[in-house]
Amino acid sequence: MADIEIRDVSKRFGPVTVFDGLSLSVESGEFMVFLGPSGCGKSTLLRMIAGLESVDGGEIRIAGTRVDTLPPGARRVAMVFQHYALYPHMTIFENMAFGLRNIGLKQPEIDQRVQGAARTLEIVELLQRKPGQLSGGQRQRVAIGRAIVKEPRAFLFDEPLSNLDAALRVRTRVELARLHRRLRATMIFVTHDQVEAMTLADRIVVMNEGRIEQVGTPMEIYTRPATKFVARFVGVPAMTFLDAMVVGQGGGEQGGAVLRLPDGTELRTPVPADGLPAHQPITLGLRAEAVRIDGQGSTLGTVEVVERLGDRTHLHVRLQDGSTLIAEDAGLSGVAVEDRVALRIDPAAVHLFGADGVGRHAAA
Amino acid sequence: MVTATATGRTIERTRRLGGARVGPDWRNVGFVLPFLIVYLALLVWPLFDGIWISLQKFDMFDGTGAYAGLANYKRLFADKIFLGAVWNTALFVLMTVPAFVAIGLVLALALNRPTRMAAALRATFFATSVLSVTIVTIVWKMMYLPDRGLLTNVLGAFGQAPIPILSDPSLALPGIAVATVWWGIGLPMMLFLAALQQIPRELYEAAALDSAGRWRSFRHITLPSIRRTVVLVAVIEIVYQFQLFGQSYLLTRGGPNNASRPIVQFIYEQGFRNWDLGYAAAASEVLFGLMLIAAMAQYLLTRRRAEG
Repeated sequence: MADIEIRDVSKRFGPVTVFDGLSLSVESGEFMVFLGPSGCGKSTLLRMIAGLESVDGGEIRIAGTRVDTLPPGARRVAMVFQHYALYPHMTIFENMAFGLRNIGLKQPEIDQRVQGAARTLEIVELLQRKPGQLSGGQRQRVAIGRAIVKEPRAFLFDEPLSNLDAALRVRTRVELARLHRRLRATMIFVTHDQVEAMTLADRIVVMNEGRIEQVGTPMEIYTRPATKFVARFVGVPAMTFLDAMVVGQGGGEQGGAVLRLPDGTELRTPVPADGLPAHQPITLGLRAEAVRIDGQGSTLGTVEVVERLGDRTHLHVRLQDGSTLIAEDAGLSGVAVEDRVALRIDPAAVHLFGADGVGRHAAA
Repeated sequence: MVTATATGRTIERTRRLGGARVGPDWRNVGFVLPFLIVYLALLVWPLFDGIWISLQKFDMFDGTGAYAGLANYKRLFADKIFLGAVWNTALFVLMTVPAFVAIGLVLALALNRPTRMAAALRATFFATSVLSVTIVTIVWKMMYLPDRGLLTNVLGAFGQAPIPILSDPSLALPGIAVATVWWGIGLPMMLFLAALQQIPRELYEAAALDSAGRWRSFRHITLPSIRRTVVLVAVIEIVYQFQLFGQSYLLTRGGPNNASRPIVQFIYEQGFRNWDLGYAAAASEVLFGLMLIAAMAQYLLTRRRAEG
């Protein structure tokens, strides 16, 4: 059953329309990540669920109850803010207890919940300190603790890792994944960091300019990007795009599209060709791992940049017509700059994007 | 090789220290000397000179003085007019300072929003602060005029008899206090606005998610966050309002029957009308002591409350 149901919501800031009829449902116990560039509306959507932004149209339901008309405190959600938003004048204990006092819980119950959360997050020894005496990582734990004690229906995270240094970010990410497994609570996590999204999410919502581009599991998003935007936004290094031409059908067993690449070589793909206009330009998307160095390869080019990552090597190759591709080679690749190489493109791993930007992929 | 490198490093460091030395050097005095001269000549010396004059029987007419010990102070504490002036001044401070803090905060809370209306009202409330004391007293004299003042007209519209505020001994000082708060409310309001705008919006959002209503948000987030500004406003206003002179002098001349005579007016009359400078200086020192005690008490009280 859907735990959080967003139905046809719209949102305007003055003359600017952020959302116009956006719908989404989050399953119970799911870890959902809203991913997108700055200004795509992901934080606004989260804040609308929390009740910090009004909803101009449509409705939001949590566990079947309509909440978009309720004040934030009555929605039974907890939020972890980007800058933690701990109350600076209260001790850590008071920070965590404040929300519980406000709903009239008795002191023994408050003590039990705060101590329990503090043990879980290993912050028991910090309870009598004030936020100003804590490090960034400790504050982050307190902010999460403040959410846990409320035993909310859903946890909302607004870019909570962006203020931590790289090492701590990775560690906190793992802890969050553990926490989710233990609590089995519905969590919504907003980020612009695709690594956070890929590693944490059960499902990712990729957003752009107030629209949902794709909703899917991390691997669906990665291997079958619904739009060119998703293809470009997810994956490191970014997918490279070539202008190609559909020249016929008959590639693969199902009779997929046959393409002509800008350097004149032909590529027979298993991507279904039906609906693709013949002899029309089309965009071919290639991830680095779909392009390999191969003496038998038909696409020729000159290596311009060699990026050694240890376990693999990325080669930026300029093709004969001037366009550039990124190819992947082994970690101990012997290829050097200015080398002329032959590339083999894995036809099953290509992505095609028509003028509408919609992605087409080989059948799974 | 290692030794050579180490030596090289030592030489380099010494050379760098020679360029920009850190540490005591008598030449550094040059940087603070201009301030020090002004500070000593215009603040420290007059302070001690004032104390010294207060211990003399000093005649300003011929500029001579003779040491008189604590005679001036003894005379002061037996002087009913002076004790009355101290009482009036203390009452005035008690009337105005809490009003400045409370009204300043309420205005700031009400006008701390990004609308044009709020901006216009902020400017309006602050505008009175730029008026000189003479203009303020003219305005309020017209308010209080018993025969055709605004107050009389308003009371008349409700069928009430006029109230002669400035000629009623029990109402003169409150009347001056109202005019003073009207005049000076801009500064506390601005200080509170600045403090309110420093509070991160996320804190209020977190509180909203924590089911805190308006009052609990104000009590647990706003008030603790602006505590320093409350102390600042209180101390500034204590220091200002103890020095009441212009408004009362122009509105009531200290009357009726000394009911609104403040300490500064007493000092002025003793020093510049009776030429009794030693006596006036002694009264000044008492005023100085009162202001110091009141401001320190306010400061310590708030600090202890915050720590406890």
